[in-house]
Amino acid sequence: MSKIVKLISANCGKIRPDSVEDYLNSGGYAALKKAFTMEPLQIIEEVKKAKLLGRGGAAYPAGSKWEQLYEIEEFPKYIVCNADEGEPGTFKDKLLMEQDPLRVIEGMTIAGYVFNSHDGYIYIRGEYRGLQKIFQAAIDNAKKEGFLGENILNTGFSYNIHIMTGAGAYVCGENSALLNSIEGKAGRPRIKPPHLAEVGLFLMPTLVNNVESFANIPTIVNEGGEKYLSYGTADSGGTKLICLSGHIKNRGVFEVPFGVTLRDIIDDPELGGGMAGGRKLKFFHLGGQSGPCGSPEQLDTVYCCRAMRNAGLSVGSGAVVVLDESVCVIDYLKKVTEFFIHESCGKCVPCREGNKQLYLILDKLSKGEATENDLALMKRLSRVMAKSSFCGLGQAASTALDSCLKHFSSEFEAHLNKQCPAGVCFTKKESGE
Amino acid sequence: MHHTFDPNKTITATIDGLTVSVPEGTTILEAAKKAGIIIPTLCHHPDLGVRAVCRICLVAVKGQRRFKTSCNTVLCDGDVVNTNTPEIREARKTVLELILSNHPQDCLKCERNGNCELQDLAKQYNVLEIPFASTHQALPIEEDNPAIVRDMSKCIKCGRCVESCQVVQEVAAINTSCRSTKYGVTTAFNKPLSASTCVYCGQCIAVCPVGALYEKDDTEKVWTALSNPDMHVVVQTAPAVRVALGEEFGLAPGSIETGKMVAALRRLGFDKIFDTNFTADLTIVEEGNELLDRIENGGKLPVLTSCSPGWINYIEQFYPELIPHVSSCKSPQQMFGALAKTYYAKKSGIPAEKIYVVSLMPCTAKKYECTRPEMRSSGYQDVDTVLTTRELGKMIKLAGINYEKLENEDYDAPFGISTGAAVIFGASGGVMEAALRTAHELVTGESLANLDFIPVRGLEGIKEAEVELAGKKLKIAVASSLSKAKVLMEMIKNGTCCYHFIEIMACPGGCIGGGGQPFGTTSEVLQKRLAAVYEIDKNSELRMSHKNPAINTLYEEFLGKPLSHKAHELLHTSYQQQDRG
Amino acid sequence: MNEKPTKEQILGIIAKYGKAKEQLLAILLDIQEASGSNCVTEEWAQLVAKELDLPLSKVFDVLTFYAMFSTKPRGRYVIEICNSAPCYYSNSEKVAEIFQEMLGIKMGETTPDGLFTLLYTSCIGACDQGPVAKIGDKVYGFLNKDKITGIINEYREVVSCQK
Repeated sequence: MSKIVKLISANCGKIRPDSVEDYLNSGGYAALKKAFTMEPLQIIEEVKKAKLLGRGGAAYPAGSKWEQLYEIEEFPKYIVCNADEGEPGTFKDKLLMEQDPLRVIEGMTIAGYVFNSHDGYIYIRGEYRGLQKIFQAAIDNAKKEGFLGENILNTGFSYNIHIMTGAGAYVCGENSALLNSIEGKAGRPRIKPPHLAEVGLFLMPTLVNNVESFANIPTIVNEGGEKYLSYGTADSGGTKLICLSGHIKNRGVFEVPFGVTLRDIIDDPELGGGMAGGRKLKFFHLGGQSGPCGSPEQLDTVYCCRAMRNAGLSVGSGAVVVLDESVCVIDYLKKVTEFFIHESCGKCVPCREGNKQLYLILDKLSKGEATENDLALMKRLSRVMAKSSFCGLGQAASTALDSCLKHFSSEFEAHLNKQCPAGVCFTKKESGE
Repeated sequence: MHHTFDPNKTITATIDGLTVSVPEGTTILEAAKKAGIIIPTLCHHPDLGVRAVCRICLVAVKGQRRFKTSCNTVLCDGDVVNTNTPEIREARKTVLELILSNHPQDCLKCERNGNCELQDLAKQYNVLEIPFASTHQALPIEEDNPAIVRDMSKCIKCGRCVESCQVVQEVAAINTSCRSTKYGVTTAFNKPLSASTCVYCGQCIAVCPVGALYEKDDTEKVWTALSNPDMHVVVQTAPAVRVALGEEFGLAPGSIETGKMVAALRRLGFDKIFDTNFTADLTIVEEGNELLDRIENGGKLPVLTSCSPGWINYIEQFYPELIPHVSSCKSPQQMFGALAKTYYAKKSGIPAEKIYVVSLMPCTAKKYECTRPEMRSSGYQDVDTVLTTRELGKMIKLAGINYEKLENEDYDAPFGISTGAAVIFGASGGVMEAALRTAHELVTGESLANLDFIPVRGLEGIKEAEVELAGKKLKIAVASSLSKAKVLMEMIKNGTCCYHFIEIMACPGGCIGGGGQPFGTTSEVLQKRLAAVYEIDKNSELRMSHKNPAINTLYEEFLGKPLSHKAHELLHTSYQQQDRG
Repeated sequence: MNEKPTKEQILGIIAKYGKAKEQLLAILLDIQEASGSNCVTEEWAQLVAKELDLPLSKVFDVLTFYAMFSTKPRGRYVIEICNSAPCYYSNSEKVAEIFQEMLGIKMGETTPDGLFTLLYTSCIGACDQGPVAKIGDKVYGFLNKDKITGIINEYREVVSCQK
């Protein structure tokens, strides 16, 4: 039986992305029409029942988030769609925005209706400048057909969606940094509390959800929360877009219901299709650079938020980067840390200085110059960064390192003895940062 | 916004096993302080917005997965907080070591040696070695302007100076820039301060915890002058220095040190010890007459005061169109300089070129002011060198003067005579109050029964009042800090300003909070310096500027009358638009 | 060969975004695109700051915070090679080598004719096509020597046609 269930990616590649007509013909906007017949609280109830967990990476229950914002009696409220998809190995929001933008727009419009908001913002990363044009065309067409703008479908409800661009900063994926960026500032995270539901965009109450989260809203409204939940597991409702990359046969975006196993994801011929290049699986990195790495022994873990968390893994953004035996764990972690060095906003000490020092220790390991003391220092640093950094970026920067220390401690030991089991270190010339 | 805390409600929590009851909304840092627990801080400053970036004030709150920064985390009812667990000590020490890994290890050669918040913490946390590799990179020291030195290789990126420049002053000369390893504090396009919007107020220096920012050291120039037998070296002391100098010697803020300061200056070898208060009195007479003249003859209103050189730099750059409002009076420092090399030269028979004028100021912008091309009314640079309160502290220490043992001494005549109206120039509202005391008598011919104008006193950013002046209502406003000045300037610009007279001081609280004052200035400290200023006034024999007999002599012997041609030549100036970015 | 945008052009871009402060990123990206040298100079930043009533230091913070901006002139075409983990393990280093060899410059440098600048970038969300590079809005995937030759020639031709 096929593991693929297409709830939100059904239109992808099948319709003209900016065509309202095509979207309507494939069942689009039925949810918005239905939503207008419902009370906002009813819709929130369905989202809660659906157990829709935020698809950006943090897996925060969307229903609770919506409920919190609803309770706040201050207006205007803003709806913000986080389309700053920057976790390496993640490209599923791009698929939705490029191939079915109206679904995202419909989801944002329903949210607008729920919170009586008149302005939605979608913050699209600068690297997706090209895609912004497609999305704008979809907005314009929706407006022309009366699905956006003044007095939508003659309900009296008015709502606009504004595209805001990023300009290259991973940290803007952090919601408060993202809001700063929308305001035209450097995207450094804000101090919390106050929470964004209270003091968000332009200091007003704000909902921030991921592209994929919004794309799920029409399905939830159409089919009801219970039905939606039933596609997934008891704690993680619905489906997830996963992004396969690395040393795997079928790279790309796939929609799977929560409840499949990691082995299904990697090996199923309709999904990953197994390893590419004939080498054996060494580890996989989940949820982007900020997520943990898993070992082949964990392949039977069920892909849902709770089971993954219990196994020390994470769904995160849905990225699954598959690495084979040719990869050295130390070399890989250097790459990960290099990324965080590049992307740290720099304002807090543990992240700014810590990542740099982590890299230097990993570099020593890869050169066979590290000692037990260095290893101990690295563990202390990782511990402190996770518990002391200002925002999620610094807190998660050593997640991959921690998981690798757990699964591949012997490989660290080997490097202390100037041995690289993968044969990568001590042979290769340093190419520098 | 929604979490509005009720300060009348008390919450109870546990910190390190102690039960603490504090008003709702109190941070863990403040609550701990009340309980006698000192949590280390670095990026925190009680008068600045919270940034929580240094991560040194971490504490453990029971039930929370991560450590919390106590500077911004509000203590909640029932919280169980620990500030001194092995994990917390490890985290704080690691953070400290990380900062130090990117900091030059040259404390012995640092301006802030012995007076550095980072050094203190390193000592407190017993940092004997730094386990991390040094990532420090040397950078050139910027010292091409007369006031402020920037040694950014020492910067720990706490952001206090940025908060000061962007929020308190809204000058926005410096800001954060870049990210990650390159993140730091820069001017736009890394220009020197002299090519930025910097007004040299020195508020960045005042809040810097380390040796990254300090005033241009001019003590050597003064030592050289003092040791030159051909030079007659005179010094003038600004009102606000006397209530702060004691802090350089471990005395409590607000100690009144006038007599000891004079004694110390005499020991250092100054030939005459004069008081800027004298020219403060003179400013009042000139400015008071200017104000009345403008009111009577339909001149530009409101009149804006001109004593604060940081403020002058600000208006020249940010509101050049409002320059006609500014009083043409020079600042007291510059009036003094002009008179020292003319009137005093004549009186003492010492040629102007042999007179070296040193100013002792709470201010860094004064260092710039004295170099302005307009400030050469005597034919020479009127004021040769400006020293800050901190620099005088250094000189006294270097000279081996046991400050504690000094006996009070008096100023020299004729510029040592002054009134209580002059000393209050040191606090925001003081110029206004002094002017009102004199204006009242100038207009009515009667002395005021009550000389205290309470509404213009205090640390509040903007103060306003209405006073009766011979049946006329005079509306006045007082602002300290440039962000507050901006509010009033916008009012003038958009035509909603109803004031006749506005006093503006660039620094929060006025000169007592100047950029050249002893480190550690907070509003708590300001409050004490402020009280001292008014204490001196209260105890002064003379409390109205125009009653200063030396001023009257000066007019009789030299200037003629207020706003005379000679007065204009020496005591007044003009301003130009500055366009620096 | 780098045609500079005129003051009018920049004012036009600012006007297009309604002179709104929150559109600073979009405005600067558009100016950079129109610059012909893929940068926002101090002069242009000053104009933007003035028009949006922002301190120049705030504009500078934004210009230096985001990776896509440069305050120094770059090539007309900036070739950004993704070097994040998924691409790195799909041989992005090799791709970088080929580009460097063919253009005769190192990473971070600009060709003497001012046509190309070579840079690394963080993930651009095309990991299923790695190794990838991005030039302007266009993403080029599954790169190998032949493709790279084709890409470079394509851009050279565009320019020679414009001459």
